[in-house]
Amino acid sequence: MNAPSNKGWDRQQMADRLAREFQDGWIVNLGVGIPTLCSNTDIGERDITYHAENGVIGYGPVLPPGEEDLHLVNAGGQNVSLNPGAAIVHHADSFGIIRSGRIDVTVMGAYEVAANGDFANWKIGGAKGGGIGGAMDLAACAKRVFIILEHGTRKGEPRLLRTCTLPVTARGVVTLVATNLGLFAPAGDGFAVRELAPGVSFEAAQQATGAPLLPA
Amino acid sequence: MSRRGKVFGSFAEAMVDIPDGATIAFGGFAGPGTPYNLTRALLKHGAKRLTCIANTTGGAHQPRMPDIGMLVENGQVAKVVCAFTAATRPTDVLPFTPYYERGEVEAELVPQGTLAERLRAAGAGIPAFYTPTAVGTELAEGRETRAINGRDYLLEYALPCDYALIRAWRADAAGNLQFRLSQRNFCPLMAMAARTTLVEVEEPILPAGTLDPDQIHTPGIFVHRLVPIPPAPEGLWATRRQERAK
Repeated sequence: MNAPSNKGWDRQQMADRLAREFQDGWIVNLGVGIPTLCSNTDIGERDITYHAENGVIGYGPVLPPGEEDLHLVNAGGQNVSLNPGAAIVHHADSFGIIRSGRIDVTVMGAYEVAANGDFANWKIGGAKGGGIGGAMDLAACAKRVFIILEHGTRKGEPRLLRTCTLPVTARGVVTLVATNLGLFAPAGDGFAVRELAPGVSFEAAQQATGAPLLPA
Repeated sequence: MSRRGKVFGSFAEAMVDIPDGATIAFGGFAGPGTPYNLTRALLKHGAKRLTCIANTTGGAHQPRMPDIGMLVENGQVAKVVCAFTAATRPTDVLPFTPYYERGEVEAELVPQGTLAERLRAAGAGIPAFYTPTAVGTELAEGRETRAINGRDYLLEYALPCDYALIRAWRADAAGNLQFRLSQRNFCPLMAMAARTTLVEVEEPILPAGTLDPDQIHTPGIFVHRLVPIPPAPEGLWATRRQERAK
């Protein structure tokens, strides 16, 4: 295992890999941070509607400074544009869309993901407070939950685990995880390897993971 | 419903009766809909032991605008009910968070959709409801859950408030409101949930009968006091977000 071969995908490539799973006609909610990059991915003619928690349905690219409309932000506070067919609703209707199962996929960042599909992204160890935002509603109710995260912490500890050590956001909901090392699917006792990033060996990925990896 | 007397000349005058111990909801989401002018007036007004309901207490962004974090710093807040008591990015620190960690203010952390629905329920005469959100998490520990059609749900109670402070784009003298784009967010729900709703209005307030009844987002029934926002610099207007505070 040498350092360059262990690097794998960058943030945009991680987002690209998940975005290529989006299917024509899907309603997609992107979390703050790396998931936002999914909207940059070229997925051809597929028609995707982006939903933001603050009731913006059908938003488009972030506008450059000077061209923003200060009345319009996405859930990350970015001044976005609206695509043709967009609609605005209030927060209760926006979360009605979420809880009633209309979101085809929510893509979120996380601190930890477990082989049983649990994940944690609202509270760090030892903190009194946390930031939930819309994550628990989305995680409990979207048809699919995809997670993007770096495979390890800055200290090199694994983030893909048998069970979460941090307070969970929702249980048993994650179906797909993109990291810098590849694409993985929680499979109960371990993670099924769907794809490894170029230059990443199975052994290197296993060494960086806190649960068994299951060959494709 | 009186059509007269809803328009006030100043933010201070509109909130003169807010007592110590009041429960106040603050509209807004990442800028749009945030009642900057009413919040600034509340800082001067000085009511104490407030319970403040909002999506957040104010972010870590610059330039900083009047927010609940400032009310906390000003010693006016006993408790907040919100979807963030810390930033999601661990390197960011909300101005509110150290006060919470030191125990100087209480907090009730609520998932965002649950917060919206608790406000809506309060305004709709619904005392409580079941939601799938937060089942199986730390937030559900020790609380009532119920299996309905084979799925577990968590009981959540309505969240009524004494006052709502919100911002709207247009209003008529009857108190009917229109919001523009993502300004709407929590504002209509908070207006419904509150006994008294104060609105800072961006456009000049129109005579009753001017707005199309089919294009009203919040009817005047839920709106009690309107204050037109003066031009800057006297009035506070949205600015583009700058970089994250270090």
